[in-house]
Amino acid sequence: MKKTVWSMCGMCSVRCPIKVEVENGRVEWIEGNPHILKGALCAKGSAGVALIADDERPQQPLIRKGGRGAGRWEPVSWYTALDYIGEKLNKIIAQYGAKSVMMSCRGGPWADFFKTFIHGLGSPNFTNHDSGCGRNVHHASLSIYGLGRKDLIYDIKNAKHLVLFGRNILESLRIAEANQVLDMLDAGGRLTYVDVRQTMTGIKATRFFQVRPGTDYALALGLINAIIKREAYDKEFIEKYVTGFDELVEFIQPYTLEWAAKECEVKIKPLQMFVEELAGDRPRVVFHPGWMLSRYNDSFYASRSLQILNVLMGNIEVKGGQLFPKGAADCGVKGIRNLSSLITQKPADKRADGVGWKYKHFDKGPGLFHLFYDAIETGEPYPMKAMICYRHDPFNCFPDPAAQKRALDKMELLVSVDTHYSEFGWYSDVILPESAYLERESPIALQKGLKPRLIVRQKAVEPKFDTKPAWWIFKQLADRVGIGQYFPYNTIEELWAWQLEPTGYKIEDFNAKGFVELTDKPIMYDRNNLDGKFKTPSGKIELVSKVLTEAGLPSFKPYVSPIKPPEGMFRLVFGRSAVNAHGHTINNPLLYELLPYNTLWINKREASKLGINDGDWVDVISQPQEVTGTIRAKVTEFIHQDAVYMIHGFGRQIPLQTRAYHAGMADQKLQIGLLKEMDPAGGGLCLCESFVEVRRSAKNPKRSVEL
Amino acid sequence: MNKYMIYLNSKRCIGCHGCEVHCKTNKKLPVGPILCEISHEPLKAVRGVPRTEFQFRSCYHCEDPYCVPVCPTGAMQKRQDGIVFVDQEKCIGCMACAGACPWGIPQYNSETGKAIKCDYCMDRVDAGLKPACVTKCATHALKFVTLQEI
Repeated sequence: MKKTVWSMCGMCSVRCPIKVEVENGRVEWIEGNPHILKGALCAKGSAGVALIADDERPQQPLIRKGGRGAGRWEPVSWYTALDYIGEKLNKIIAQYGAKSVMMSCRGGPWADFFKTFIHGLGSPNFTNHDSGCGRNVHHASLSIYGLGRKDLIYDIKNAKHLVLFGRNILESLRIAEANQVLDMLDAGGRLTYVDVRQTMTGIKATRFFQVRPGTDYALALGLINAIIKREAYDKEFIEKYVTGFDELVEFIQPYTLEWAAKECEVKIKPLQMFVEELAGDRPRVVFHPGWMLSRYNDSFYASRSLQILNVLMGNIEVKGGQLFPKGAADCGVKGIRNLSSLITQKPADKRADGVGWKYKHFDKGPGLFHLFYDAIETGEPYPMKAMICYRHDPFNCFPDPAAQKRALDKMELLVSVDTHYSEFGWYSDVILPESAYLERESPIALQKGLKPRLIVRQKAVEPKFDTKPAWWIFKQLADRVGIGQYFPYNTIEELWAWQLEPTGYKIEDFNAKGFVELTDKPIMYDRNNLDGKFKTPSGKIELVSKVLTEAGLPSFKPYVSPIKPPEGMFRLVFGRSAVNAHGHTINNPLLYELLPYNTLWINKREASKLGINDGDWVDVISQPQEVTGTIRAKVTEFIHQDAVYMIHGFGRQIPLQTRAYHAGMADQKLQIGLLKEMDPAGGGLCLCESFVEVRRSAKNPKRSVEL
Repeated sequence: MNKYMIYLNSKRCIGCHGCEVHCKTNKKLPVGPILCEISHEPLKAVRGVPRTEFQFRSCYHCEDPYCVPVCPTGAMQKRQDGIVFVDQEKCIGCMACAGACPWGIPQYNSETGKAIKCDYCMDRVDAGLKPACVTKCATHALKFVTLQEI
């Protein structure tokens, strides 16, 4: 029997809409939703069939038998595992209070679900991975516009000029966005790319600046200076919507373009030409404020400066600029109902990570995960005893897993809910295996945009193993800890119907295209009347942020030059490949075939000083010397001499993942001490603030004297 | 006369290797055989921007293929429209075709014990569809072109 299932991909966090052809209970074909993506899909998307076929994933609930991380598990039934967790949680809550339980997820359209669980329990401690990802960008955006980083979208397709500071947009690969970039280039648009190395995005650029690592902020300051000096900014827009411009003009004086060129080690002429281009291309210029910007100790200010450049371009709510994503209310219709609406009283306790009381300038939503480690270690402001991670692998996404483990040893219950064995899961007490995305449904989600739509993930095939969807798992857990009322459904159909009730739509309305559009025509606001759209304390775009000032933080931070690595050492930087989504797809047989291990990129001149040839084995040693590893060198002239680079996600240590086990090297394991290195203004970790020693390994690729 | 070809617009290709996996999953291939491949030259700086060109290679579907006559069972065939394909029923997996092909295009499928190669997804083409690699190309860089005599 053949059927077509409309769904959403789950290979990475982009969640592209997909069309799945199923025959006799087998997935025969997956393509990008033709109504949205015209069939386009990436390698990961097609490799979804290998994910469901793969038996190197947890096949039923597992309870730890030996010591943490020892890898001895007792396979148990779902009810045994859920009862076990329920009993433990009830005991912990009775002794330490609900606040001692924390819940982390990976953000996204269904975060509401997990927030409801933990808030329903009475704990304020909801968090996610974002302090190792986009928090600096988010807080930078909040400080300028009062809007989060997803509250403005980029109309790249219609832009004349896209400027990317290290945003490797074609390898981080959101299909729709990548096509916008290529459409823009096809239409004659310009792409300026800034990075410490060359990437797949950089090779498509019209201009490329290879900067010294950690100098993004300097380049952005130089550009602000040059644009103001040349008066190439939108005076009318600034007059109407912006405060703090005079303070900016005063602050920016010393940071000339010439100074920036010297600091970033780039040539001045191309920079001057770049400024000329910007002057001609505005307002259809987009300065991407960054995505994964937990990198340097001034990344927050770098992102703020990129936003200031956007403001100078006057690119808000114009074609080819930044646009407000529209929601249900903009279409004059009611939106879907969310579970969190059932929580009438938010937990009264203060957050254990200090966000909201100790750190008042940070967004309280998910707080900052890494700060929980302080609370776990010290028991202040109160003891933390249980952690549930849904789809989130802190050992893969935060630095120094060894330090994390030392802290987690103080906790009584660690639960991992994931489709695969995460590094955290392997160390936890209970693994609850979620069904793969093709084997499960997810709640309905709203995708904001010029034409907002409702979208849903439907199940394509039955689970191959004894796994369950998150909506079922958390309902069951809720029942066991006495908060079943916040999950008012027994089946996914009941949940969908409950969500859709205010909208008047039925789940059958998704059958035609896999989504429901809330409007026929794209909605734009009147650019001359944006009052009330900016959610800062003053309602204006604040270049001098009231929130930062009140927190005792400068809105314009004087630039501090990054330290040069000592002799024989390099700054460790990391990034992505289009064929993997961080660590969780490395063991996929079809993706492993494309990229079985990562390499260490090293500058050609530096390599020759160290006697390293392309393909040689090199030892990489953390500072201080706690972690070492051996990896093949990729010698190239297209990386700055101060940096070495590797693709993130490799070096996994789960023996049941035979392909990924010890394949390549993990950058986060080399980042000793960085768990406590936070940008105080942005809340992001500083993952590129570590040095490693690199030397030619004694391991000779050409010699082995075995018989 | 060949009727079809697959064309890669290198300007739109981002080297995501999606096509390789789209092909493999459509043909249900195990780890090992890869029927189409994206490759690129080492980077070279052109006016300050390091660049490269991408190439796509599947099978050339030669006008006069070496692999067809060398096949002992007549499994390797060329259709009227030029598509060179392996009849899986007849193939005995001797791989004489791979030896005869100057580019070693036919590959061994360890799961079936037979030769496998790009056939432009002829079942899809016959159903009015495009090859898997073209249909799902992440950036619409691959095009399935019908050749015309001028």
